Amino acid sequence: MVFVAALVLVLIGLPVLAGLGLTLAQAWGQGWPDLPGLAVGLRLTLVTGFGATVLSLAVSVPLARWLWARGAARGWLAPFLAVPHAALGLGLGFLLAPSGWLVRLVSPWATGWDLPPQLVTIGDPWGITLILGLMLKEVPFLMLVTLAAAVNLPVARVMAEGRSLGYRPGQVWLRLIWPQLYPSLRLPLFIVLAFSLSVVDMALLLGPSHPPTLAVQILRLFTAPDPALQGPAAMLSLLLLAVMAGAVGLWIGVERALAALARRWLRRGARGGWRLDAAPVLAVSGVALGTGAAGVLVLWSLATRWYFPAALPEGLSLATWRTARWVAPAAETLLIGAAVTLAALLLALIWLEAEDRSGRRLRLGALIALPLLVPQIGFLQGLATGYLHLGLPPGRVAVIWAELLFVFPYVLLALAGPWRALEPQQVIAAASLGAGPWRRLWRIKLPLLAGPLATAAAIGFAVSAAQFLAVLLPGAGRVQVLATEAVALASGADRRLSALHGLLLAALPMIGYAAALWLPLWLWRDRAAMKGAA
Amino acid sequence: MSLILDHVSLTPPGGQRLFAPLDATIAPGEVLCVTGPSGIGKSSLIALIGGFLPRGFRAEGRVLLNGVDLAGQPPEARRISLLLQEAPLFPHLSVGDNLAFALTPRIKGRAARREAIDQALEQAALPGFAGRDPATLSGGQRLRVSLMRALLAEPAALLLDEPFSRLDPPLRAEFRAFVFGHLVARAIPALIVSHDAEDAATATRCCALAPPAPSG
Repeated sequence: MVFVAALVLVLIGLPVLAGLGLTLAQAWGQGWPDLPGLAVGLRLTLVTGFGATVLSLAVSVPLARWLWARGAARGWLAPFLAVPHAALGLGLGFLLAPSGWLVRLVSPWATGWDLPPQLVTIGDPWGITLILGLMLKEVPFLMLVTLAAAVNLPVARVMAEGRSLGYRPGQVWLRLIWPQLYPSLRLPLFIVLAFSLSVVDMALLLGPSHPPTLAVQILRLFTAPDPALQGPAAMLSLLLLAVMAGAVGLWIGVERALAALARRWLRRGARGGWRLDAAPVLAVSGVALGTGAAGVLVLWSLATRWYFPAALPEGLSLATWRTARWVAPAAETLLIGAAVTLAALLLALIWLEAEDRSGRRLRLGALIALPLLVPQIGFLQGLATGYLHLGLPPGRVAVIWAELLFVFPYVLLALAGPWRALEPQQVIAAASLGAGPWRRLWRIKLPLLAGPLATAAAIGFAVSAAQFLAVLLPGAGRVQVLATEAVALASGADRRLSALHGLLLAALPMIGYAAALWLPLWLWRDRAAMKGAA
Repeated sequence: MSLILDHVSLTPPGGQRLFAPLDATIAPGEVLCVTGPSGIGKSSLIALIGGFLPRGFRAEGRVLLNGVDLAGQPPEARRISLLLQEAPLFPHLSVGDNLAFALTPRIKGRAARREAIDQALEQAALPGFAGRDPATLSGGQRLRVSLMRALLAEPAALLLDEPFSRLDPPLRAEFRAFVFGHLVARAIPALIVSHDAEDAATATRCCALAPPAPSG
């Protein structure tokens, strides 16, 4: 048990703390950097970070209720959860840009535009498109967390009680059910907040560039050829960390105030208000944007020529797929993803099995969530420096370790629920038949958990494929995966090339999810009681 | 070759002692039926003897199997098999593999093990069931496979936790005779926990768990 705790501490906890420490050391003694665009960048970071989080939360409330009543529609969540931010950002860019597919579909017959209009959509100065892009990823995540928490609540009973008192379903959800779920949402919300405040890939693709958000400015300084800029970059990282800390404090304060107000509102017992249910509109818009983004990536990757304002390309061919050098970054993505997923699964298994054998819970929850709660750019550059001190040069191994920090929490979370829900009777029965702890693990627990194991692996791979900063900084530009290639190519001239990389980046995690769904079905094709054990 | 409970009692975490200290000797082939109101700790007694008492429980007294104190032994080393309510089988293994998982490793070789399993299925009046999915079995069939699984491990004792309660009353007598017959034939001491008066009447002996005498 002590050994397992130490292992997790060294592999997951220490790197974050060391990274933070080294960032702090780098910033030590630095004056306040006098950079143009800093104030605007800070404002942008605050607007997009808070905007994306608050709006995602607001949208997730009616949507989660809507989805709770429609089990079958939950399948729509998986692709949104699986698709990496960079792929979605790229697709949205091709969809929403002034020269994008949406405008092409209605031009020139409806708009009269023969040239792309002089509108600012992508990279708008307030970061509204960036907020939209973040929401498309974060709303499904928050819905998933809400629904997972709702399992522990007699939702149907509360719903019946509330409705019998004259409240409509949406009102019951908002007044009686959601407030009980909120405590389980707080940590995921802080993860969303930390991510939104420091997101880089999507900010490069959808955010404004003159000047960009704080996180992008920091990345530019860190990766600048002039080493004298490292200090100011570290200083700004500290600023971002302070923003995150302040944001959490502010959030908790506002939460208390709102809760007090909401209780007064609840006591009034008003049953009136909007009859309109926004959920179907929101759900359809989200799915339409996602499908549109995927569709435009497919079209561009196959297009021979596609001039504005044609609604479709002139012709389709596989020429780009034949000539582009996509195999190397795809193989690198697969290799790193497989290594990280395997390491995370192994670590999670060691953790959970050690808990079983000792009969005690490892109390390290806060530690494993740490990498998700600290803005990435605040510690990843420090971490890369730390690896150098350890004798670990920038490269694949450093990237794998860095990605493990972000993959492990999700893999553990995905596995811990089913693992602890496993019928203890089965394990006891095996023990009474003379099976020792290893035989019980191999023959009973792991096969019974094959479905959850496959799901956890798919989630782990998707998280790994989506990593951008964790590849760029610890890899020092030497490791090229699909996410970094897609972002790098987005600013290039060839849309077909960047669409191809974005499409591949989106496809790999989805294939993983599909395999995870299929594996238990195939494995247990002759076992009726194992159906739905995924 | 007997199971001896020597002044055994249990205290749950942060609670009062569950029942007055229990003394019993179960000889080979004998069945001791333990009764008592629900909540008195019958299932916990099974867990104590089987070796999977949840952390935090305090056990007093000794449990001896063939003269050896079982205290501190892990469940897999005790050679005590279980027959539980609803008789769950491993859902991911076929009926035959459920039995193979249990079959003592002393029987070696593919053919010999296969033979032992087929024989067990014959005894359970389920010939040819080796390839079946456990989920397709009826409650009675599951119970018979479960008993065979328990016996193939060559246990030194058997614990039964209300094994017949989910069966239709007319079937119960038949299965009780089936199970108890095998126990006598193999000279295995058994302890059964039950609410059923018929179980108690058929058992060799009975003892009722009683609340502990007020102390002080």
